[in-house]
Amino acid sequence: MRLTGAQIVVECLKKEDVKVIFGIPGGVIMPLYDVLYSETSIKHILTRHEQGAAHAADGYARATGKVGVCMATSGPGATNLVTGLANAHLDSIPLVAFTGQVPTNLIGTDAFQEVDICGITLPITKNNYVVRDVKDLARIVQEAFYIARTGRPGPVLIDFPKDIQLAQTEFKYPESVSLNGYKPTFSGNVKQIKAAAQEIKSAKKPVIYAGGGVISSNASSELRDLALKTNIPVTTTLMGLGSFPETHSLSLGMLGMHGTPCANYAISDADLIIALGVRFDDRITGKLDEFALKAKIIHIDIDPAEVGKNILVDIPIIGDIKNILEKLNKYVLKKKETEWLNTIEDFKRRYPLKYIHNEELKPQYVMETISKIAKDNTIIVTSVGQHQMWAAQYYQYSEPRTFISSGGLGTMGYGFPAALGAKLGCPEKTVICISGDGSFQMNQQEIATAMNNNLAIKVIIMNNGYLGMVRQWQELFYDKRYAETTLNGNPDFVKLVEAYGGTGIRVNKKQELCPALEKALSLDKFVLIDCLIPREENVFPMVAPGSPISKMMGVE
Amino acid sequence: MRHTIAVLVKDHPGILARVASLFTRRGFNIESLAVGHTEETDISRMTIVVKGDERVLEQITKQLNKLIDVIRVKDISPNNSVERELALIKVNTNSLPARSEIIQTVDIFRANIIDVNSQIVTIETTGTEDKINALIELLRPFGLKEVVRTGKIAMSRGSVTTSGLKI
Repeated sequence: MRLTGAQIVVECLKKEDVKVIFGIPGGVIMPLYDVLYSETSIKHILTRHEQGAAHAADGYARATGKVGVCMATSGPGATNLVTGLANAHLDSIPLVAFTGQVPTNLIGTDAFQEVDICGITLPITKNNYVVRDVKDLARIVQEAFYIARTGRPGPVLIDFPKDIQLAQTEFKYPESVSLNGYKPTFSGNVKQIKAAAQEIKSAKKPVIYAGGGVISSNASSELRDLALKTNIPVTTTLMGLGSFPETHSLSLGMLGMHGTPCANYAISDADLIIALGVRFDDRITGKLDEFALKAKIIHIDIDPAEVGKNILVDIPIIGDIKNILEKLNKYVLKKKETEWLNTIEDFKRRYPLKYIHNEELKPQYVMETISKIAKDNTIIVTSVGQHQMWAAQYYQYSEPRTFISSGGLGTMGYGFPAALGAKLGCPEKTVICISGDGSFQMNQQEIATAMNNNLAIKVIIMNNGYLGMVRQWQELFYDKRYAETTLNGNPDFVKLVEAYGGTGIRVNKKQELCPALEKALSLDKFVLIDCLIPREENVFPMVAPGSPISKMMGVE
Repeated sequence: MRHTIAVLVKDHPGILARVASLFTRRGFNIESLAVGHTEETDISRMTIVVKGDERVLEQITKQLNKLIDVIRVKDISPNNSVERELALIKVNTNSLPARSEIIQTVDIFRANIIDVNSQIVTIETTGTEDKINALIELLRPFGLKEVVRTGKIAMSRGSVTTSGLKI
């Protein structure tokens, strides 16, 4: 069958079972949009900014575990995707991005809306392609999806010149992918797995440190089996929230800069750390030289480059976490270190997460209330800043893929478009976006996308009129010199949503919160709740940058 | 500590940029880099000399391996390999005695004169880095006009190959 390049891409998307694409058309990607126009099996969601499209595809991927797809035209369309690609790259999220490109004979001439998007995205994609021959197209699209979702997932970009979209060739989808430079290790080394089981057997103070890799390899139930069989307490990273139920007595909550005291003390005291799908990021380890000095470390990860990158590891196991844990669970023996568990209980009792309860509408109280009211399986999506940390600390996550947040890149403005993507991926679930007033304004144009597609997500704005996390750092480390962190000129968010035809509710007082949340959750439409929180509330505990994680501010 | 790494890559446009960008971004220092075709069509080989301890070398190797178009990465240890570099050296020959002394030096080093006129000679030499450095230092007093070096290429001794395919 002879097809044009544009038709081939759409056929490939169908082969890859793509249901939703996020994007914005423009000059040189019009042939592809023209084919999508008459395609009924793929839904295209028009965002209002390409950054929104990339984040929405990312949110879709995190909520569903499938590959997210976004699309933009050349030049500014392509550069607007860049933040979204970097965000997905740092959090290992499978994305495929298509960008239009000027015709091949104009590449390199500084043509209208030409940028070298492959050059620009070289360090922030897992791989990228410029299609120079329509005969390579089907193979490239297939490879892109394969590379995005296998091994350590990540974003792949395909730059697609206009003349290649129009050129014709015989279409045949290759039967399989063959890449001799890309063969991710899947099964772990059995000898190493046995060695790990031996270490677990002899450990007196073991801790499991679980990250985003557990979620991307769908290994939550295996993690649960391991923890329950060995009675080893579990702490998760921000990216790992939901991989282990926080309602369980073995859960320590999140660790790191804004982690729970019990998690940070447990890690600092441990004699064995079982690190699963993590990368010993500086926000977790604090001062690296003083991190977990007494502990042996077992590190299980699919990416060999993460093992030994920041910290020396005693037992590395490379491969898919689910696969490895299935085997490890057979080798480990049942155990219970009562003394250690008593110590942990003591940490929990003596150092709970706490804030001052009063008549004010505290952001911690807002999150606790949402945690109580929201149904199981509700997806919480956040942007970046103080609200993100309160959402991580004061909401109890019990299922994987129910906490979606920008971890590695820390992208303000991520939450709202990502929530739209999550809702499109999981229309049956309640999706709540928690945002700051600063973060929300970085992508608030997507209210139009929510309204246009009847996406009944709920947005909770923790409104303090500041770039709150930066202000907190200025308060603590810059002598309260609030340089450019006051957000004068904020809109009335309720009226803003109303201008788009949506529903906005303002919550000034503590007692107004419950009714507002109940109303918002009962309406099958887009609702924004603007919570006016105390302006200078801080996130505690906090480990000052460069300090060991056992030294937390806000913990006596 | 210096290491010589052989990297087999798919001969795609942009692969050099990909490898170079990786070194820049991760802060690894390239001392020299030589690229060329191999016995297999569409596979090129890069020989990269880098500075760093074992841990840096391990990270470089792992990060290179993550690139999709990189097929194989191998640390070529100096004890068990042959290495060569080629250099072209243009030297001043304003006086006759200088010219004959230069020719003698070239002979001693088993180098070749490949271009000559009344003002200059151009010398071609291959060898280890040390040999080329020594030749350049001996020629320096005559007045070096221009020096170009290819950077090192290297191969393991014996029947071991980098691709590991044919032994």
